[in-house]
Amino acid sequence: MTPQPATQQAGGAEPVTGAPILDGPKGDSALVVEHLTKRFGERVAFDDVSFEVGYGEVFGFLGPNGAGKTTTVRTLGTLLAPTSGSAMVAGIELRPENGPAIRSRISIMPESPGLYLRLTVMENLECFAGLYELDDVRGRIERALRAVNLADRAGDQCGSLSKGLRQRVALARALLNDPAVLFLDEPTSGLDPVASREVHGLIASLRERGVTIFLTTHRLEEAERLCHRVAILNTTLRLIGRPDELREQLFSRSLDVRVRAPLEDPNAVLGGLPGVEGWEQVRSGYTLAVSDPEITAPQVARALVGAGADILSITESRHSLEDVYLELIDEDVEARRR
Amino acid sequence: MSFSWTRVRAISVKELRDYRRNRFVVGTMTVLPLLFVILPLIQVFDAYAHADSTNLNLHVGVSMLYMLLIPAFLPSTLAAYSVVGEREQGTLEPVLITPIRREEFLVGKALAAFVPTLVIAYVVFGIFLAASSLFARPVIASAIYSGTHVLVQLLFTPLLAGWGIWVGIAVSARSADVRVAQQLSVLGTLPLLATLALMSLNVITVSASLAVGLAAVLLAIDLLAWRVVAAMFDRERLITGRRT
Repeated sequence: MTPQPATQQAGGAEPVTGAPILDGPKGDSALVVEHLTKRFGERVAFDDVSFEVGYGEVFGFLGPNGAGKTTTVRTLGTLLAPTSGSAMVAGIELRPENGPAIRSRISIMPESPGLYLRLTVMENLECFAGLYELDDVRGRIERALRAVNLADRAGDQCGSLSKGLRQRVALARALLNDPAVLFLDEPTSGLDPVASREVHGLIASLRERGVTIFLTTHRLEEAERLCHRVAILNTTLRLIGRPDELREQLFSRSLDVRVRAPLEDPNAVLGGLPGVEGWEQVRSGYTLAVSDPEITAPQVARALVGAGADILSITESRHSLEDVYLELIDEDVEARRR
Repeated sequence: MSFSWTRVRAISVKELRDYRRNRFVVGTMTVLPLLFVILPLIQVFDAYAHADSTNLNLHVGVSMLYMLLIPAFLPSTLAAYSVVGEREQGTLEPVLITPIRREEFLVGKALAAFVPTLVIAYVVFGIFLAASSLFARPVIASAIYSGTHVLVQLLFTPLLAGWGIWVGIAVSARSADVRVAQQLSVLGTLPLLATLALMSLNVITVSASLAVGLAAVLLAIDLLAWRVVAAMFDRERLITGRRT
């Protein structure tokens, strides 16, 4: 699934360069990863990982600490050599000799901003503009700072900025070269809720601009809110898909029914209804396993009314991405115990 | 992608800006040269006009040795910080994920230490020569200008700085701690400095042609050191702390 690139700029924001950021080679993927493995001696960082990310897509890479997320990013960013497998990054084959070419087309924002604290925001960005050999340095820096709402802080020494503002400077730095793929490694790690919300807003605006983003996180609400698709990694890739697809893969669909008083014979009311595959009594009412909630819910309502029940609510159960994640990680823990 | 001087410049400019705002670096770059110009001047002014030639040469030789300590020690501490310091600060990874090549990164770092060292060393030597000419006894001033003292200073100042820098960066690229790197890099300059001490003190008599020949050898060693240090620069080990 590759979303269609957006053609409108969010909130009047403009790309760092005049050219649209989101356009990659048509029909190609921004990232193609096939059976990639990285080992450090005996220790396996990640194993046999395969996935594709389309241009303009925001791809969430989830997993617990030590799952291999950051190592995957560093490997795709040519900082680490893979042990086996292959990948295409921004249309370039992942090989040691292609390192500089790949790094010129991507950006990575590491978990720690890594700014030169004695230098100003402008001086930090000037340094990186030089490292990317960019032209129109002043213009690019101004646009990058505007994109992260820091245009008025260019002269501030980075050491004087709060953690959230430093993270924004790091994001501006990552946008300088208009990357074909932007890797964000735990961008809200260690930030307070207000600063996290600001970073989420910035990522959302980049998403609307069609920037291809590879977002590693263990904040599930972050992935659910921002990503078109997510992959769950725990050394091996456990699942990949849209959050709602993952929910459907792991959990049957169900209806939560709340009634004022328990039914006298619930099996007689609920058991024989078409579309109801099973039911169980819970503290606040009943949970019904159903094949299609939209068709079954009205039938359930009619049956309950017919049985004289006072209905408080009938809602479709919504499993969060967190439920999906915990289900998978719990499976892994169980498997290791066995 | 070929070797880029734009990227080298970006690293050097950043380093120089960082030095300027670091009190420790500014302090080292000010106090050390001051010390190394005052002590040799005391040596020169203290020398007696009627002293025999051996004694005079010893005084002048010791003074010149002080001058050579500047290019030997001044850049080595800066170079020793260059890689491991960035690693400790967490600023190395963002740089390494740009298209920069390790050779460019290293030359940028080396130039940032080399240029101020060279300026300071020559300015201090100029002050020493001027003060000696103006205030020292004529026989002593003439002893300074005689022989190969001035030639050795002019030739060996940049080469010694180059050696100190590459030793410092090499140690820095393989070290996990800034303090250890700084100590080891100073130790790494000692063998070369010992040779120069023997020359300055006339234990080894140096003719002009021998001085030029030695300088050529040292230049070759400096250039070779750049390639060796580049080969030692392992992105993966620097990022993860593990050997590839």
